[in-house]
Amino acid sequence: MSETSLQHSPLEASHQALGAKMVPFAGWNMPVQYSSIMDEHLAVREAAGVFDISHMGQVFVRGAGAEQWLNGMLSNDVEALAVGQAQYTFLLNEAGGVIDDLILYRVAEGDVFLVVNASKLEEDMEWLQRHLKPGLTLSDESESWAGMAVQGPESSALYYKVLGERRLPERNGIESWGESSGKVMVCRTGYTGEDGFELFCPASEGEALFQRFIDAGAKPCGLGARDTLRLELCYPLNGNDLNQERSPLQAGLGFFCALETDFIGVEVLRQQKALGLDKRLVALQYVGKGPPPRAQYSVHTQEGEQLGVLSSGAMSPTLKQGIAMAYLPAKYGAPGTLVDVDVRGRRYPAEVVKKPFYRPQS
Amino acid sequence: MSIPDKFRYTSDHEWVHLEDGVATVGITHHAQDELTDIVFVELPELARDCAEGDPVAVVESVKAASDIYAPLAGEIVEVNEELEADPALVNTDPHGAGWIFKIKLSDVSAYDGLMDASGYAELTSA
Repeated sequence: MSETSLQHSPLEASHQALGAKMVPFAGWNMPVQYSSIMDEHLAVREAAGVFDISHMGQVFVRGAGAEQWLNGMLSNDVEALAVGQAQYTFLLNEAGGVIDDLILYRVAEGDVFLVVNASKLEEDMEWLQRHLKPGLTLSDESESWAGMAVQGPESSALYYKVLGERRLPERNGIESWGESSGKVMVCRTGYTGEDGFELFCPASEGEALFQRFIDAGAKPCGLGARDTLRLELCYPLNGNDLNQERSPLQAGLGFFCALETDFIGVEVLRQQKALGLDKRLVALQYVGKGPPPRAQYSVHTQEGEQLGVLSSGAMSPTLKQGIAMAYLPAKYGAPGTLVDVDVRGRRYPAEVVKKPFYRPQS
Repeated sequence: MSIPDKFRYTSDHEWVHLEDGVATVGITHHAQDELTDIVFVELPELARDCAEGDPVAVVESVKAASDIYAPLAGEIVEVNEELEADPALVNTDPHGAGWIFKIKLSDVSAYDGLMDASGYAELTSA
């Protein structure tokens, strides 16, 4: 994608003023880091950081029966969700492959808010539009919202410092205030494993709020830290760890698939569950020192047979060790199994470990 | 930004310092600042004969792996093993303790063909 066709976040001027290193990501010009990925990562684990998430897609489904229709489109059970609650869920194709992973928020009866991946927004919209039930409206409001995620053990203290008069929702809850074009939505969700919230507000108000969180003590954090933080928790990144050829069961995310409900792709998932999985997304941790594992590096048995490739990988800033995920044949999925990761022709031993790599203390 | 006068430089952002026919090589302050957070250095093989421009080592930050090249032809005679335990030395002291390898030049006079500090300052200010 050329520089000129990149989309610009409503917070871009703030990033530039803060000296961020900008990179193209999913069609957007976004900050990858401000000072150091390592420092930003640790700030989120130990205190609080703030991320621009304006690139993510904001989609609304409105009308009577919106929940019921979405229940046929998404893997999790929307109808089990109370108003004011959120859930992680998948949009699948007929073969049970992942089109997108997203968070669904039930704002009110017949008013559902979806936060989807920037890279998949167009595909999601096309798919949902094609299946849309008459009487419901599907709207992509991504351009009118700024989004920011405040994450870390001190995030709720920061919330009250900045927005003292507003209640912070419970975990996985959503609160909103204001009307139509001035609306603000706060969701107690995130992608780092730490306590925190994601806040969406009108694009024009984004920079001021972003700055208020920084002034209150949140360290500005870029996509680099967002990636290492999510990988330590084994949260998947669509396009890396999820794709249309893999099901959420293979990804180890069956918890978010209500197989007793009917949705597109469910038959394949039920069959996979009955017959067993051929491949699984496993967590790999280096046994010793080595160069950072990265996506697309190959994984081998200790005898040299290739088993697959890494879907994600990094040097974990918290564990100070190489961590990665890969789809491997199920018989190599047991914790304790030893494999080799190939880096530029040299082999580095790694062990299959239980997910996640790291569990926050809070 | 620090660009010591006593070194020569390459357009790949490496510094080179010649002493008794042996050149010490590292990456510049500018390069480490661009890379940030160096988490691994793959050192060259000792006694390797290399041509000018051969990739001989790799410096890895959290986000990317970058090749390090032989600035001139020669033989690798020493590597900085300290970097195996503490790769961040390349960030904290790029022109000193963060040196990467030493190369015995095949042609010592080629050293004079490298950029001097003012040439490198010009390159990085562009």
